[in-house]
Amino acid sequence: MTLRHLLLATAAVATFSGAAQAENVLKWGANRDIGSLDPYSFGDSFTINVLNHVYEGLVRYNKDLKIEPALAESWEILDDKITWRFKLREGVTFHNGNSFTAEDVVASLARVSHETSPLKGNLPAYVSSKVVDDLTVDITLNGTYPLLLNDLTNIHIFDAEWMTENDALMPTDVGAGTEGYATYNANGTGPFIVESRQPDAKTVFVVNADWWDEPQHNLDRIELTPVNSAATRVAALLSGEISFTNDAPVQDLPRLAAAPNVEVLEGVDLRTVMIGFPFRETLTTGEPNPFVEKPVREALYKAIDLDLIQQKVMRGKSRNAGATVAPPIPGYTEALDELPGYDPEASKALLAEAGVPEGLEFEFNCLSDGLVNEEQFCQAIASMWSRIGLSPKLDVAPRAVQSPKRTNAKTDIYTLGWATLPLLDSYSPLLQIFHSKDGNAGVFNWGGWSYPELDALIDAAGSELELEARLALQTEALQMVKDEIIMIPLHQQPMAWAVTEGVSEMPLFPDAKPRLWFARMAEGS
Amino acid sequence: MDNTIPQTTPAAPKRPSRLTLLRDSDLWHSFRAHPSAIFAAALLALVALTAFLAPWITPQNPYDLAALELWNSEIPPIWEAGGQWPFVLGTDTQGRDILSAVLYGSRISLIIGFASVLLALAVGLALGLVAGYFGGWIDNVIMRVGDVLLSMPFILIAILITAIASASLPTGLKDVLAAPILIVAIAVPSWVQYARTVRASAMVEAKKEYVQAAKLIRVKPWRIMLHHILPNCLTPILVAATLNFGLAILSEATLSFLGVGMPPDQPSLGTLIRIGNQYLFSGLWWIVVFPSIQLCLIVLSVNMIGDWLRDALNPKLR
Amino acid sequence: MIAFLLKRTANAAFVMLAVALLAFVIFRFFGDPVEMMVNEQATLQDRIELRERLGLNDGFVTQYTRFVTNAVQGDFGVSYRNQQDVMVLIKERFPATFELVLVATVISLVVGIPAGVITAVYRDSRLANALQLGSIIGVSLPSFVVGILLILAFSVSLGWLPAFGRGATVDIGWWSTGLLTPSGRAALVLPAISLSTFQVTLVMRLVRAEMLETLRADYIKFARARGVPTRRVQWRHALRNCLMPVITLTGMQIGNLIAFALVTETVFQWPGMGMLFIQAVTFVDLPVMAAYLLIVSLIFVVLNTLVDITYAWVDPRLRDDSARGNG
Repeated sequence: MTLRHLLLATAAVATFSGAAQAENVLKWGANRDIGSLDPYSFGDSFTINVLNHVYEGLVRYNKDLKIEPALAESWEILDDKITWRFKLREGVTFHNGNSFTAEDVVASLARVSHETSPLKGNLPAYVSSKVVDDLTVDITLNGTYPLLLNDLTNIHIFDAEWMTENDALMPTDVGAGTEGYATYNANGTGPFIVESRQPDAKTVFVVNADWWDEPQHNLDRIELTPVNSAATRVAALLSGEISFTNDAPVQDLPRLAAAPNVEVLEGVDLRTVMIGFPFRETLTTGEPNPFVEKPVREALYKAIDLDLIQQKVMRGKSRNAGATVAPPIPGYTEALDELPGYDPEASKALLAEAGVPEGLEFEFNCLSDGLVNEEQFCQAIASMWSRIGLSPKLDVAPRAVQSPKRTNAKTDIYTLGWATLPLLDSYSPLLQIFHSKDGNAGVFNWGGWSYPELDALIDAAGSELELEARLALQTEALQMVKDEIIMIPLHQQPMAWAVTEGVSEMPLFPDAKPRLWFARMAEGS
Repeated sequence: MDNTIPQTTPAAPKRPSRLTLLRDSDLWHSFRAHPSAIFAAALLALVALTAFLAPWITPQNPYDLAALELWNSEIPPIWEAGGQWPFVLGTDTQGRDILSAVLYGSRISLIIGFASVLLALAVGLALGLVAGYFGGWIDNVIMRVGDVLLSMPFILIAILITAIASASLPTGLKDVLAAPILIVAIAVPSWVQYARTVRASAMVEAKKEYVQAAKLIRVKPWRIMLHHILPNCLTPILVAATLNFGLAILSEATLSFLGVGMPPDQPSLGTLIRIGNQYLFSGLWWIVVFPSIQLCLIVLSVNMIGDWLRDALNPKLR
Repeated sequence: MIAFLLKRTANAAFVMLAVALLAFVIFRFFGDPVEMMVNEQATLQDRIELRERLGLNDGFVTQYTRFVTNAVQGDFGVSYRNQQDVMVLIKERFPATFELVLVATVISLVVGIPAGVITAVYRDSRLANALQLGSIIGVSLPSFVVGILLILAFSVSLGWLPAFGRGATVDIGWWSTGLLTPSGRAALVLPAISLSTFQVTLVMRLVRAEMLETLRADYIKFARARGVPTRRVQWRHALRNCLMPVITLTGMQIGNLIAFALVTETVFQWPGMGMLFIQAVTFVDLPVMAAYLLIVSLIFVVLNTLVDITYAWVDPRLRDDSARGNG
């Protein structure tokens, strides 16, 4: 091919993918990439949150995190108490032009609750659904259940016709050795349309001019770029290469705040950071497991200097927690939030009394791409435990490597952050973490504990439709979790976003979810 | 080259006379005439000395988790406002003394670099001698394996070995074996070079009359190899080994920087730089700068010695 | 010549098969593919079925043959992490790495050759000594340290050049290039300089050594004696004589540069093959690791073979020399 041909070819096929006309382009530098364009392919909240710009649920949270109608306009519980009838919104179209009907809802619910779907736990009470008419759907549950709407905020609706055409009716099965169509194609009803995607490099969203709702944002284009390294993210913000990040490193906030072109948005996340214990008979070393004894768990709890971690590692930006849920979460009470007090001498005494051998070795499993400053607070805690005569072996690796170890009981002590999403209710951690492992319950009960009394309380709450009564049950359950020290709550982690001067509005939400359909950019920037 | 054999065969000389030989040798004179070589040697000696004396001269054992005190975190170097004794070069975000970490880290880097060169030398010399001396299928197999190794980029082999080892080992063993794994990972792709050099000279020597004669009187093959063939190719190998020592230290640092080398609780210089890199813009420059300087100084001094050695031993350039 | 050609090609094919064996062993025996594919609720029965479906119960030779056959057709399976076709992922990333390596190579020649000539011709001059010192510092600086320093200086302090990524790119068919847009070219500068530091010193040292040798050669002395201007002798005749080794070195180093680019790509978040590989390593994404190993080795082997053949073509004496090393 001669140069001339090449140039002609360039002129003919070239598609300019970074064009900066008089458009409002939000350049989003995230700390990681989304796993896929298929919101059902990973049970991963960041992926789901980003894809919420493309796909929508029947209901959604508004700016105050209250539930409001989205693809469904209204709903009622039928007389049998377990069937919910949803009236769907008229005139909604998917990005490919197909109109939104009851068929789509049924097909999407079938897909997300399928046996192989990693997200089936997000819809725990679901049994079946059926089309009543074009714009009416009935969803049947396995019993009375108060939190269906909360669940549905995060169940994204696909186009049934599109899924059938592209053989995507089932969740992606990596084992089949083929790609899933929905992994790299998307067709939702949301405010933004996926224009292109290069995994780990760039995903581009453009505004959906035909969105059913009145847009509050004025963005034309969102370019999502994963910038894994915190330092690079800061450099990119300072130099204006990105205009928004939902993960500004806490240690760099003073520097960012001092920069004339950057604004830092801070808040405290709803996510409570916890440490979990193993309840199996032996540790990974094969030694008997002392953590089944409550005094030993208490010893580890009292050995952690929460204030020091708050000041030094979290730079004063976190909130020390005594409860396993954050204050705004229904079910929380101040009594639950009482802190134990740092007392390493008491810890040593407790360990000695329980007969725990000096220098006991155990694994401490942390993520390198997980919570805010996780690697640092894990190191700090490991060093505090070393000082009461234990030998924690710190094991830090990415989530993809650690998850199998955690779920298959191949590690001892581990970290876990829980934001109660998407329920925003204390029922979420009670059911998914603290309940015994049983079907959809206790999916994150990695330590393998079982307290029948606690299970009974949680089950009772799960079928109680009366709000006050339900919350009373949940508070009682949370108190039991606290008394037994099933997990050690550390803190609610800080949340820091940063935007450059071109971005005029970027509402910060305590669930740490960017909702760019509320973002605005200064005109003419 | 042949006439140097009698000098280096261990038949005649005793230990002290070797020292005299060294003192009178061209090499020593050349060394004394090259200020850069002297400087580099002095620097390397200083680094090695402080690194190996680290447990006795540093204020803190940075590998002992119980010794770290979070209250002492992020203290700047002593000459900056807020600096504190004894943290001369400041502390990191865990309260680890940077000077101690740098010295302990240098020790790890030097040991891994040295051990991997030694291992590659041992394997390379042995296989090269065997291949060149015996020839035939043994030669073929060894050289083919070498071809395959040379057909993959050095750094790629090293990454694969460390990545696979750490993915398949349990956490407890992973920490203990981190350094040995790195030594092997760096040695595996580098023995071939020595083997090829030795093999070439072994092939030449094996055909010579004295070797044939030795064979006739049934001198054991390993004696012939060790006493006659090996000394002949030591010069180029010495130069290559010195330069590879620098390369090995760089490789270790690179692997640790990429996160497949030494773990954060027993950091080498590369690990320290990787950790410090996160704080590049937080004003905590000392966490990344001091390990970087130390690493560059070590490699620079090794390379300067290697360069001088190459020029000094290369008759063409004199 | 034909015999030599066949021999070299056969040799290259053998080497590739051996590398494929290595890649296959990594892929198959380190980490159970089934464990990495299934989600946490999968039952034992699911696992057994999947194992059967993937053909993991077949014999070693059958599996290896299948792996090689698939690999030759560019089929490396599906990435565990991205759930996408591995070959597609690599194809998307290749242009980024290739352009980076290309520019780094150009820099190494443009800077390295003149520097080498100067150090050889004006031996012991102040400039030559400075360059010599610079070259030894160049080989001693780890490329990631160079990268970090460049970012600190030119992105953060001065704000002249971007710190990460490729800038805007233009698609020509499946090839995405950053060379045609201003932001793409700006983004290329720092990574290319950081990747080329080692290579620059390599070229410079080679040119210097070759020049010193050539300048001593008889025909140069004759040329001088005949009154050809010194400068002309040095820059024309002598330099021309060293170009062949430089081209050889450049050719053989391209494979190494592609591999070493993974360090640069990590520092600058450059969306190339190397970053793909490093991420695959941290996530134990074996299909991507195996494919990357095979592809980079293939580039390496092909380049080495081409260099060997070119050499033999230029210099027939080399054709029967099997002991030549290139380590």
